[in-house]
Amino acid sequence: MSRSEPAPKRRHYRPIPGFSLSMGVTLFWVGLMVVLPLAALVLMSARLDAATFWATITDDRALAAYGLSFGAAFIAASVNLVLGLVLAWVLVRYRFPGRGVVDALVDLPLALPTAVAGIALTAAFSPKGPLGAFLADLGLKGAYSRLGVVIALVFIGIPFVVRAVQPVLKDLQPELEEAAATLGATRRQTFLRVILPALRPALLTGFALAFARGLGEYGSVVFISGNLPGKTEVVPLLIMTKLEQYEYSQAAALAVVMLVASFLILFALNRLEKQRKKAAPRAVPAGVPA
Amino acid sequence: MSAPAPRRPALADPIAAKATLMVVAFGFLSLFLLVPLGIVFISAFKGGFSTYLAALTDPDAGAAIRLTLLVTLIAVPLNVVFGLAAAWALTKHDFRGKGLLLAVIDLPFAVSPVISGMLFVLLFGAAGLFGTALADADIKIVFALPGIVMATVFVTFPYVARELLPAMAAKGRDQELAALTLGATGMQTFRKVTLPNVRYALFHGVVLCTARAVGEFGAVSVVSGHIRGETNTIPLHIEILYNEYQFTSAFAVATLLVLVAFVTLIAKKLLLRTESQGATA
Repeated sequence: MSRSEPAPKRRHYRPIPGFSLSMGVTLFWVGLMVVLPLAALVLMSARLDAATFWATITDDRALAAYGLSFGAAFIAASVNLVLGLVLAWVLVRYRFPGRGVVDALVDLPLALPTAVAGIALTAAFSPKGPLGAFLADLGLKGAYSRLGVVIALVFIGIPFVVRAVQPVLKDLQPELEEAAATLGATRRQTFLRVILPALRPALLTGFALAFARGLGEYGSVVFISGNLPGKTEVVPLLIMTKLEQYEYSQAAALAVVMLVASFLILFALNRLEKQRKKAAPRAVPAGVPA
Repeated sequence: MSAPAPRRPALADPIAAKATLMVVAFGFLSLFLLVPLGIVFISAFKGGFSTYLAALTDPDAGAAIRLTLLVTLIAVPLNVVFGLAAAWALTKHDFRGKGLLLAVIDLPFAVSPVISGMLFVLLFGAAGLFGTALADADIKIVFALPGIVMATVFVTFPYVARELLPAMAAKGRDQELAALTLGATGMQTFRKVTLPNVRYALFHGVVLCTARAVGEFGAVSVVSGHIRGETNTIPLHIEILYNEYQFTSAFAVATLLVLVAFVTLIAKKLLLRTESQGATA
């Protein structure tokens, strides 16, 4: 565990060398690769006057794209919330052959390049594909529809919820559940009243991460969605189209809207985690086997 | 690792619940992960092994593979140097504004790939902020190698630093201070004390960074210009083949990236295992 020395209070006394070098490299690189490009975005969108800026970000095509991007990301993150909890539960609580493989597979959507995910999901869910044919029997269109966008985002988002919930579930004290059982709670009650509240912050984190990722997703969505303006066009694709038409300022304006949205999500998440840390930490009795 | 104790009857789920959860979990994994993966391989080998090989040995595919390797070999070392510098500055020293710097390092995670690529078009594209200046000096950044490298560096920016920061912070500063007291130079301390302590985190960061660099699509797509044999990376080459209805070739090239993904997952698993063994030894 960390037994970090309390830092010396005098601000200019640095016992470990290399501060200026490492700080210099860090600031230079952050400035060049992150701050400068983001500043360019703000400058470029500021070239539009307020009325044009507003007209750009509120035109019908843009509104339809926001609706799809936010709606599909929200639905997909909600699906991930449930399925991610189930997967985490199965991986932590049950023992079965191949558990390690399943555990590794959960990360596949993060490791698999999005373009490959896109063409593979499209092939699977297109009307001729095995899963698409099944959906077609139910009267649903998998690929080339809004449902296709949701499918791609469910695929992309699943690791976020599983990886957020898994460690918390692992560290959950068995004594809590045993106490609940001793006091006469059914398994269902224990789950709803003891386990779920303990997992709630982690679930929320996973949901927010999956949602934020879904908002900006491009590679997997562009193949499966069909890209019809106003119908199956997500915001990143609309931005791409504007760029290809050399409408740089309009693309920048739309990008600003999306960035503000994702920053707000991450900011809220940050606040949430700070609150969680501030709240009384769950006491771990000394006798709990590590 | 605290595995739940095997005999804790209160923790056992009713058999019906357990069965349902297992079916849901495996059903989801099979439908969303295994079926698409299977389709990649089935489609890739549809025309037989020779067609598969032909797709991979096509000159454009070769150029795409070389470009992807080159971009990765530039972007990953840059991120390693930056990650080490950032982690050293942030964990071994105290200064004001640490939280802000951390937040800025994390920013690229929150930016959509398309927007990430677009940032460099806005800076260096023909109609970008430095567009005319670059044109006068006859320097090409967008639709050329430098732009692809920059976009890749941007999207992989936090990967190495994010792995190193908690690892270095967890070790505290005692060991470095001891080494310095015993007369080691700063560089010796870094190489012989700090670096070995965080080697697993560094490997892990490099693995994640490499996987993302090889597979990045959206950001690179914006800055590349899709010039065949010149500025096409592997993912872009796949996109072009797919859009030209050359499905078999597209999936054949895609198997390369699936293999990279598998290697990533296995490397991650092995690193975690060695690390936890090292911790308990």
